[in-house]
Amino acid sequence: MKSEGINFALVGVGGQGTILASDVLAELGLRLGYDVKKAEVHGMSQRGGSVTSHLRWGPRVFSPIIPRGEADVLIAFEKLEAARFIDILKPGGLALVNDYAIEPLSVQTTGVPYPGDEMLHERLAQVTQHAYWVKGIEIAEALGNSRAANVVLLGALSALLDLDESQWDAVLEQRVPAKHLELNRRAFRAGREAVATAV
Amino acid sequence: MKRLLSGNEAVARAAWEAGVKVGSGYPGTPSTEILEAFAPYPGVYAEWAPNEKVGLDVAVGAAYAGRRAFAAMKHVGLNVASDALFAAAMTGAEAGLVIISADDPSMHSSQNEQDNRQFAKFARIPCLDPADSQDTHDLTLAAFDLSEQFDTPVLLRMTTRVCHTSSPVELGPQRENLPEPGKYPRNLTKYCMVPANAKKRHPAIETRVAEIAAFAETFAGNRIEWRSSDLGIITGGVAYNYAREVFPEASVLKLGMVYPLPRKLIREFAGRVQKVIVLEELDPFIEDQIRLMGISLYRPENLLPEPPYPVTKEIFPIAGELDPVVVRDSGRQAGLLPGGENGGLALSMAGLPIRPPVLCPGCPHRSSFYVLHKLGVPVNGDIGCYTLGMVQPLDALHTVGCMGASVGVAHGAAVAGDKERHVAVIGDSTFFHSAIPALINVVYNRSNVITIIMDNRVTGMTGHQDNPGTGRTLQQKATRAIEIEPLVRALGFDKVVTVPAYDVAAIEKTLKDWMKSDEPAVLITREECALLPSARNRWLPLEVVSDKCNGCTLCFRVGCPAILKSEQLDPKTNRPLALIDPLLCTGCEICAQVCPRDAILFRNQVQSKQIPQEAA
Ligand SMILES: Cc1ncc(C[n+]2csc(CCOP(=O)(O)OP(=O)(O)O)c2C)c(N)n1
Ligand code: SF4
Ligand code: SF4
Repeated sequence: MKSEGINFALVGVGGQGTILASDVLAELGLRLGYDVKKAEVHGMSQRGGSVTSHLRWGPRVFSPIIPRGEADVLIAFEKLEAARFIDILKPGGLALVNDYAIEPLSVQTTGVPYPGDEMLHERLAQVTQHAYWVKGIEIAEALGNSRAANVVLLGALSALLDLDESQWDAVLEQRVPAKHLELNRRAFRAGREAVATAV
Repeated sequence: MKRLLSGNEAVARAAWEAGVKVGSGYPGTPSTEILEAFAPYPGVYAEWAPNEKVGLDVAVGAAYAGRRAFAAMKHVGLNVASDALFAAAMTGAEAGLVIISADDPSMHSSQNEQDNRQFAKFARIPCLDPADSQDTHDLTLAAFDLSEQFDTPVLLRMTTRVCHTSSPVELGPQRENLPEPGKYPRNLTKYCMVPANAKKRHPAIETRVAEIAAFAETFAGNRIEWRSSDLGIITGGVAYNYAREVFPEASVLKLGMVYPLPRKLIREFAGRVQKVIVLEELDPFIEDQIRLMGISLYRPENLLPEPPYPVTKEIFPIAGELDPVVVRDSGRQAGLLPGGENGGLALSMAGLPIRPPVLCPGCPHRSSFYVLHKLGVPVNGDIGCYTLGMVQPLDALHTVGCMGASVGVAHGAAVAGDKERHVAVIGDSTFFHSAIPALINVVYNRSNVITIIMDNRVTGMTGHQDNPGTGRTLQQKATRAIEIEPLVRALGFDKVVTVPAYDVAAIEKTLKDWMKSDEPAVLITREECALLPSARNRWLPLEVVSDKCNGCTLCFRVGCPAILKSEQLDPKTNRPLALIDPLLCTGCEICAQVCPRDAILFRNQVQSKQIPQEAA
């Protein structure tokens, strides 16, 4: 674990649960003794727009915004958004991508097609070789609820960051409503295993 | 105890600690969560007013009655409330009165990026401008004391990044126990601003500003952090963070109060550093005042390329929000930082499809725009989710200015003699906010404007707040919902019809009928926003029957994100068939009504298909 801190950028599509994921990371940072800033732009409540959230851990955090090229970790809940925002990641940084597409309406209205996987991979590769693809929706659906995909991704992240698993669990318990806790614990573990086996 | 709070939550917490009794206002990003977070605290009264002007009048009224109060709104809300602001600036009050304005640099969800610090100077009231959640907490507490000490309303000016960034806050121990206020004042010279009294008040408020400026010299929110004497940065608000991050060596004068300025403190600071600059977001608000003091600010040797508009901000941009990259680049161009590149490379977005917000799947606004597009009439729009009716392929909204403008703007075209029939569209919350006087104008002065009130039973755009049509208050008390149709009839409209918003044929027929006459009319389309919990319970994804669909693409014209092109092609036309994403579709049936080949199953058809399967 780097003592100087970690910058996380979370990106996705409105309605995908980026907020819960960034809340969990913020709480975790505090438990680990960091100063924390978590910046979200929310407003338009419609589903369907790009959403981003910036989360910074450090001894003392000033700017709420992560400058381009300075995120250590990019967590993308949708793969086109991973490609769109990849340049926030520092070269060689860690990209964790939910292997899931939500086609924007603009594909129909403008004729710009949804990029193929090859193009997405290439774009990510311009910034980093450390990209992990996780089938978050499939895994969550197999557990009974596609909405837990965000926690699957957090589980995957936990396998890649060298942190005490019990800390994660304590935060999940604090942040997730009791009736969904068991599902989310399972989702977390499944995500962790998905990456552990891939690494 | 430290807790992670957003700036908005920090305001709410501090207001509670300060013993505030009343909070009012109107939703608007990025301010909305202030009142939402304040409402659950014990011992407080919190409400959504129908608009910001009413909200501020309410806060003023509570403060006249000797109770601490605030009004919270987004920056443009203060335009609506500005009459009340200027009145309160003249009278002062009996207890602390704070106006919270949340500005939106870079317009993440706004129509402009006005800098509301200007309002403080305009109205001669102090302005506090916090940098993060702790600062917000501390300055909110200070604002109430300041208000009482100088008998003035105080403007607490926040910005999106402060409102919506969470950081740790040291909470105060508990709620201040304020003494019971005395009898309601009967002080005419102070509270009746007729000309004779107002004439005496004006010089008094100018003196008040001078006194506050003297106080600002030692105010704890204004502080100098001495580091290197090479560069001194005068800053306020969120920009303080960028000063610290990008210029870690520089000395900093952090102004928690940006109006009126502590002139001695500024001179002292400027005198002890070699170069002094001002780092602030948006207007050169501090910068211009400092120049007027005759202090020479650092000027880059080769001045930056002149922007094509007049501006006295020489180093940092006037438009858009700051961030570390912008500040660093500007600092480099001005010779304040060694040359170099920013980390990472900027990749071009070419080839990536854009993802702007769109009306949700199942949005009840969709059907009206589908019909309006077909009719091809000019549509004067308003602010809310329904503004998205302008987006392709619905493409059925031609003006959007400020809240409540649709009806007046349509009426203006009509009375000016525009040949086309104008339709105004407005949401339920916006109707209560500011459309009622405009509708009175239409019906009384007799123009032929057709108004559609899109009643989705909630204030949608800002995240589902209650409004006078929902029957519930901000503090979750049941109340009597105001029915829109009888209200509109009472204004004098004869042609008023309410239809279910998903009923495409009814909307089309009503509008076409009205087009034949020349009378003003109001159509109310009613259906819950598809994201409300009660609506979610009814979600039922529809299905396309692939042997009936021939890829005609008509259903794509409703612009629903749940309708996709499938990989399967029609053997005759060779066009992709329609496909409905079951994770997104709500089953609103708008597309099914539009399909000429009955290829999209209606809800009852989907249900009757499902039952035998489940039984099997
Ligand atoms: C003066 C002003 N106050 C507040 C806002 C923020 N705001 C934008 S849209 C909106 C409400 C829209 O609600 P409604 O009219 O019911 O339409 P919906 O979004 O539900 O479709 C608000 C409060 C604003 N833009 N201007
Ligand atoms: S939030 Fe509700 S009103 Fe707004 S676009 Fe979505 S469905 Fe429509
Ligand atoms: S029924 Fe049709 S228009 Fe409505 S949400 Fe489903 S796909 Fe979209």
